[in-house]
Amino acid sequence: MQISSDSEEGNYIITIDGDVDASSSIRLDEAIGKAVEEGQQQILIDCRNLNYISSAGLGVFMSYLEELKAKSIQMVLFGLSEKVSNVFNLLGLDQLLNIKHTKEQAKQQLNG
Amino acid sequence: MLTGAGIIRFTTITAILCWVGLTIVDPVIYFEVKNNVDTGLPRFLSELFLTGYIIALYFYYQRRLADTDNLNFTDLLWRVFVTGLIATIISVCLQFFLSFFSGSKLAEHWLLLSFVYHINIGLILAFIISTFLVWKKLVLYQKTKSLLNTWHIFEYAFLGSLILYFFPHVRFNLLFSLIFAFLVGLGLVITPNLKWIAFLNFKQKWKSILLILLIILYLGYFLTYLFNNLGNELVISDLTHHVSVLAIFAFIILYAIASLLVTLFNLPTTSVFEQKLEEVVNFQRLSQPRQTGQNQEEIYDILLESAMSATFASAAWFELNHDNQNPELIAKNIGKKKIGQLAEKLKNQKHKITKLSGLTPKKMGGAGIVAHNIKDSDFKSVLVYPLEGQDERIGTMVLLKEVSDGFNKDVVNIVSTFGNQAAISIENYRLLQSAIENERYREELSIAKRVHKSLLPSTLESNDHFNITAYSKSADQVGGDYYDTHQISQDKFAFIIGDVSGKGTSAAFNMSQMKGVFHSLAQLDLDPKEFLNKANAALGRCLERTSFITLSYYVLDTSSGTIEFSRAGHCPSLFYKDAEMKVDYLKSKGLGLGIIRNQEYCKYIEVNKLKYSPGDLLVMYTDGITEAKNPQNIEFGYDRLKQVVQDNARGSVTEIQEALISSLHDFTQIEEIEDDFTTMILKFK
Repeated sequence: MQISSDSEEGNYIITIDGDVDASSSIRLDEAIGKAVEEGQQQILIDCRNLNYISSAGLGVFMSYLEELKAKSIQMVLFGLSEKVSNVFNLLGLDQLLNIKHTKEQAKQQLNG
Repeated sequence: MLTGAGIIRFTTITAILCWVGLTIVDPVIYFEVKNNVDTGLPRFLSELFLTGYIIALYFYYQRRLADTDNLNFTDLLWRVFVTGLIATIISVCLQFFLSFFSGSKLAEHWLLLSFVYHINIGLILAFIISTFLVWKKLVLYQKTKSLLNTWHIFEYAFLGSLILYFFPHVRFNLLFSLIFAFLVGLGLVITPNLKWIAFLNFKQKWKSILLILLIILYLGYFLTYLFNNLGNELVISDLTHHVSVLAIFAFIILYAIASLLVTLFNLPTTSVFEQKLEEVVNFQRLSQPRQTGQNQEEIYDILLESAMSATFASAAWFELNHDNQNPELIAKNIGKKKIGQLAEKLKNQKHKITKLSGLTPKKMGGAGIVAHNIKDSDFKSVLVYPLEGQDERIGTMVLLKEVSDGFNKDVVNIVSTFGNQAAISIENYRLLQSAIENERYREELSIAKRVHKSLLPSTLESNDHFNITAYSKSADQVGGDYYDTHQISQDKFAFIIGDVSGKGTSAAFNMSQMKGVFHSLAQLDLDPKEFLNKANAALGRCLERTSFITLSYYVLDTSSGTIEFSRAGHCPSLFYKDAEMKVDYLKSKGLGLGIIRNQEYCKYIEVNKLKYSPGDLLVMYTDGITEAKNPQNIEFGYDRLKQVVQDNARGSVTEIQEALISSLHDFTQIEEIEDDFTTMILKFK
């Protein structure tokens, strides 16, 4: 799995490329943790190239829910494949996370 | 056969008897010769007793020395020295006694003089025979077959020559000389066998030189004594008439002188030999297998010590690359501050360093070993040796000398050998550690597996209104699939199927908590939503931050024919309606346990209710089934699962279960499915 954090037109974007399994979920945790620590108020997560996410990966998103809420940080995921999206929905995480189809929709969510 | 102690006793008695016999017979013969009388005493008794005495002594000392294999060479020499000392002291005392009373009648009486002479020859023979046998031990140290043969010839020739003494007319003629020459010649051939000297250390060599010098002194004294008595008519048994005794004298003196000279010439090289020996010992210490980290540090210590002693370096340190931030230092004869200064110098002044001629890295195996001179107040030359492991640098050793050009190719080679062995030892230690770690992990896994198995129910609760079956298969890595049943009342049952996130022991641990929560809450007859809410509150306190549990909870009431259920993020169960012959997923809103750990949780779940009829089917499962992949990396998926249930819905619960498992295996085309998977199937009557 490749993970990168960039600033794009004023938006902080974490891009995930590949599979998030038990071992690579640690790096996802680090990337989100870093963004939160830096004081980013808006975080975009690009999941267009996310092939597979294990329960450990879901656990990472889950573990930040409270902190994001407490610090009123907006985090938006976008570009999830149907399969990955199903995994989020099944667990019920779609009710708690901001999930959009496209980057534009995600940006709109943040800026509008 | 006689035992060791028996031989000693027998030979001692024989020797004493022979000596006493000789001491009595010789004055009698003297008396006969002097006074021209014949007492009828056979003359040959004198020769017989002397020869008997020699042979008895020979076997006595042979036996005594047989048990001294563990004695070192200086101890053996010490024995000879002590025997000689005692013999000389007694002899000198007797001499002194005689000269003290000289002039008196008693002191000049021929009987006393004869007695004193016999004591002397007894002592001389005991001393030279014991010395001869000790020399034998020294000669035969690390013997070869040819040497052993030569020695045997020498020994037999010596024993054989004893017979010559019985023929007084061959004394000092050609035959006598020839035999003497032959024995001495053989002795000369044997003399260069001085291997034992090489095994003495410096101190022992000095000690040996001293002892041998004193032994030669004694021999000289005794020889002088014998030749002083030459021609004394009182002397009947003259040892100088004895070719064997003369030959023994010649041999032990020869060997003593040779030993003395060789030891003396060996002295200067002893330190080198000792050093080589120490290197071998150190090498062996480095190669010993190690099991603990402490012993691993010992390797660096030995490496440093041996490298220092091999190169005569005055100071050294070893920098261990634990991680790049905090290298561990092992230092010898040098302080931390000085190391810092020197390390800085080595790093910064590389271009100023003059390399030693003939020490190109290529010549030293290209391992990055560098020796060069440095400009420093304390040290003039340095050798930097990087210790390389299998795939990483273990550390760096730095040796320092107070003189310039201190490291030559030979010492660098020795250091390399030590370094290589140390690297192998460390590599072995690491391999052993990882093997132990692996074993421990496997042990842990097998415990987790046993725990997991014991947490699954052995019987499933049911009544006349339905049949139930369940199947759970856990993969190599223990997962956290869980299913269970509980009979709330006669008509009311609770069913649970779930999946604990994580693997191994932590999953098994979470599962056991889940089981506890299920059995506590199920008996309270809660509705599914309330059950999940309470389970979430209970589990929220003990799950790790990133762990969660998905499950479905069913409450079946056979009196009303209804099922109430809630889904906590678990994959939706399948329900088959026999009347419509149609199977569908029971979709509902839900959220995994542990995701939100407060009262808001209940907002995200709902209770669903459905009525069932006879022939209807409820298929619960875990995601191990839908996520099982075939070699083309395609998942079994929801559609295939649904189809299998649809196709087999009319069968019994076990038939459906078997159909499901076999179609899963057909799909994945492998014996072992990677994930755990579980099903629980209910069929209503």
